[in-house]
Amino acid sequence: MSYLAPYRDMQSLMRQAHQALGLSQFSSLDDYDLDLADAIIDEANKFASQVLAPLNQVGDTVGCRLEDGQVLTPPGWKEAYQQFCEAGWLGLALPEEYGGQGLPKYIAQPVNEMWQSSNLAFVMFAALAQGGTEILQKFANDDIKDRYLSRIVSGEWTVAMALTEPNAGSDLGVLTTKALRQSDGTYQIKGQKIYITYGEHDMAENIVHLVLARTPDAPSGSRGLSLFAVPKYRVQDDGQLSEFNDIRCTGIEHKTGLHGSPTCSISYGDKDACIGELIGEENQGLKAMFILMNEARLSCGLQGVALGELAFQKSLTYAHERVQGSIAGQGRVAIIEHPDVRRMLLDMRSQTYALRALGYRIAAMIDAKENSDDHQHVSRVAQQIALLTPIFKGFATEQANLTAGSAIQVFGGMGFVEETGIAQVMRDARITTIYEGTTGIQAKDLLHRKVRLDQGAALDELLASMRTDASLAQSNADLGLLAERFEGVLNTLEKVQRHILSDQADITELDAVAVPYLMALGGICSAWQLLTSAYRAAEQQDQDKEYFGNVMLLASFYFNNQLPKFEASLHTVLQSGSEVSQYRF
Amino acid sequence: MKILVGVKRVIDYNVKVRVKADNSDVDLSNTKMAINPFCEIAVEEAIRLKEAGIASEVIAVSVGTSACQEQLRTALALGADRAILVESDAAVEPLNVAKAFAKVMEQEQADLVILGKQSIDSDNNQVGQMLAALTKRPQGTFASKVDVEGQSVAVTREIDGGLRTVKLALPAIVTTDLRLNEPRFAKLPDIMKAKRKPLDTTSFADLGVKAKQHIQLDKVEAPAARQGGVKVASVDELIQKLKDEAKVI
Repeated sequence: MSYLAPYRDMQSLMRQAHQALGLSQFSSLDDYDLDLADAIIDEANKFASQVLAPLNQVGDTVGCRLEDGQVLTPPGWKEAYQQFCEAGWLGLALPEEYGGQGLPKYIAQPVNEMWQSSNLAFVMFAALAQGGTEILQKFANDDIKDRYLSRIVSGEWTVAMALTEPNAGSDLGVLTTKALRQSDGTYQIKGQKIYITYGEHDMAENIVHLVLARTPDAPSGSRGLSLFAVPKYRVQDDGQLSEFNDIRCTGIEHKTGLHGSPTCSISYGDKDACIGELIGEENQGLKAMFILMNEARLSCGLQGVALGELAFQKSLTYAHERVQGSIAGQGRVAIIEHPDVRRMLLDMRSQTYALRALGYRIAAMIDAKENSDDHQHVSRVAQQIALLTPIFKGFATEQANLTAGSAIQVFGGMGFVEETGIAQVMRDARITTIYEGTTGIQAKDLLHRKVRLDQGAALDELLASMRTDASLAQSNADLGLLAERFEGVLNTLEKVQRHILSDQADITELDAVAVPYLMALGGICSAWQLLTSAYRAAEQQDQDKEYFGNVMLLASFYFNNQLPKFEASLHTVLQSGSEVSQYRF
Repeated sequence: MKILVGVKRVIDYNVKVRVKADNSDVDLSNTKMAINPFCEIAVEEAIRLKEAGIASEVIAVSVGTSACQEQLRTALALGADRAILVESDAAVEPLNVAKAFAKVMEQEQADLVILGKQSIDSDNNQVGQMLAALTKRPQGTFASKVDVEGQSVAVTREIDGGLRTVKLALPAIVTTDLRLNEPRFAKLPDIMKAKRKPLDTTSFADLGVKAKQHIQLDKVEAPAARQGGVKVASVDELIQKLKDEAKVI
C-alpha cells in the first residue's frame, strides 16, 4: 500500500483539538461526535488508500495533455472523480441546504489531509469547490445561488478561480481583464488569465470560472476589482446549460510538480461572446477573494502536513527494506538501524505530528467560532485564527519541503531516481510555499497585519494559552524540564515582540527578518502542540505504553533537535541589521 | 425475503499483528479493528440482493463485545437495514456463534443466512457448517456465485480443481469466498444515516443459548523470523539441500 492514513495519530489529535476548544459544549455539534468522526475517517482511509493513492504516480508520470483546446486528465482521473462525488466526499463540509453534508471542520480536516497525502494533484478541485461555494453563498444573489450551488456541491460542475494574469501575480491590483456592463445586467468579459487550476478538464460537464475583472469606470488598484461567475457553458434562467461561453484554454503549464492537475492559461471572450454574472457588488471583488484566500491558505498549510506524512511513510518503508552497512554484532542491517537515519525519520515524524496537531486545532477553532453564540468569544477566536493562518501556511509548507528533502536523503541514490516515487513528493511540495501567497507574503501579513496592527494583542493571547498549557505540563514529572525550556523560549519571544512593536523599529529591517520571525513562531507553535500531546500521552500512558511513550519521545526529540533552530531565528530577529538595504547588488 | 448476514469484528488486515508478551494471546489493545473481509463480502452480497428487488430486508448480526457496534454501524452504512448485537464478553467460539445465529434465524424467520466462510483472525471456517447442522437446513459454502430463484438458491462453490453448483431449498446458509463480489465503499451520507438505523442488543441468555467454553487457548507465538536465503551453485546442490537440510524430498 503506497499510503495508509495515520489513523491512530488522527484519532488522537482530533480528540486533542476537540477537547482544547470544548466542542462538546455546542449542542449544534451533537450529531457530529467523535464516534461519527472515527467512522468517517475509517471509510475515507479506504477511499484514499485504495482509489486515490494508486493514481498518484500515474498522474505524475503521464500528466495532463492539451489537445484542440481540450484538456485530457491522466488515466483513471475521470472515473475517480465520478466515484469521489458519488460517495459524497465532495460535499463533506459543503452546506446541507445544497446537498452537502455540512460536517464540522474538525472532521473534515483529517479527511482532507488523507486526500492530499494520497493524491494532492487530483484533489485540487475539492478546495476550489469549497472556496467557490463559500463565496457564492456569502456574496451572490439568490438567483445565482439557485442556479449554481447545488450543481457545484454535487460535483456536476467544478469551480476554477481566475485571478492571476501575466503581469499581475501577487500584485492583483494591476490586473486588466475587462468587464463591460450590458443592458440585460450581465457583463461581457474579455482578457487573459494564467495559472488557473482545473481551468479546463474532462471530468465534469461544466466549469464555473470565478473571474476577477475590472469595469470601465472602476477605480484603479485592488479597490476596482469585481468578481464574476463565468461558466464554460452558459447557464439559462432555468439552470439548464446552453451555448459555449467563448472561454478557451490556450495552454497548460509544464510544471515541476503536481503534473496531474492541469494549470491552464485561459482566454476569455476572444470572439466577444463571453458573458459573466456579477457576484455581489461592483468593486467588491477583493473582499470575496479574501474569504477564499484565508480558506486556501489554511488548506495549503494542511498540504504541508499531508506531504510530510507521505514523505515519512515512504521513507519508513524504505528504511525497513534497504539493507546497507553493518553494525557490530548484528552484521549487515536495514538502514533503519543507523542512528542518523533514525534521526531523519524522527525529524519528519515529530514535525508532521506537531503540524497536524496545529492544523486540527485551527479546524476546531473554526467550529468553535461558527457554533458559539458568545460574540466576544467568537471575535477572540476569529482573531486567533487570523493570527495562526499565515504561521500555519508559511511554516507547514516550508517544513514539508525540508521533510521531502530528508526523505530523499533516506532513500540515498535511489531517492534521486524517479522510479521510487519519492522525488515526486519533493516536486509536488515545491509549489506549496509559493501559491496562495509566498512565505514572504505570509510573513509580512503576520508581522504587520496580525501583530503590529493590534499592538500584539492577539499574539499576547496566544502566548497566554501556551503558558497555560506549559504550566499544566510542568506538573508532570516527566515533562517538567521540557515545560521549563518552553517557558524560556516564550520569554525570548516576548523580548522579540517588544523589539517589533517599538517605535524605533526600522520597517525595512523588520521586513527583512519577517520570514525568520514566522519560522520561529511556527517552531514555537509546533513545540507547544507537542508538549500538549506529550501531556495527554503521559496521562493515558497505561493504556498503551508503546504508542504514548513514543508521543512523549517525539516531544523531547523536537525540543532537542528542532526548537533550538527556531530559538536561533528569534535571535536573528533581535539582531536584524541594515545589510539588506545597504548591500549593492 | 429476509436475509441475515454475519459481521465479525477482527483486527484490521492492514495492521501488523502483535503477540502479547506472555504469549497468552494476540495483543488487541488499541489496535485498529475492522469488519472481517469475508463478512464484508457477505454484506455486499445481501445488499445486492436487496437492490435487485429479491430481498426485502437485510439484518446484520454480530456476536461479541459492545465494541462490535462499530462494525455493525459500518454494515448499516453499507446498506443493511438494521442490526442485532448478541453481546458477550467471552471469547467468540464457533459453536456458540452458530447457536446464537440459529436462534436469531428462527426469531426473524430469515430465508437466507450469508456468512463469511471464515474470519481472518482465528481461521476456523466452522460457523456456517455448524449453523446448517443445528438448523437442519442446506448449506452452500465457499460461494463464488449466488442466484436466488424462487424458493431455492443456486450456489456456485469454489472447490479443489473447479466449481460445483448446488441448488438449495430456502431457508439456506451460504458462506462467501473471496471472488463472490467486490465490496463497495460506504458513501458519506450513508455513514451519517447509519447512526439512526436501529441496532438492537441481545445476549446468549436472552436467546436461550448456553454459551459453553469448548476451546482453551494454550499459547500464541509470532511466526519465526525469516532466515536469509543462500544462492546455490548448481541444480545438484539444490536437490541435495532439499533432501538433507529441508528434508522435503
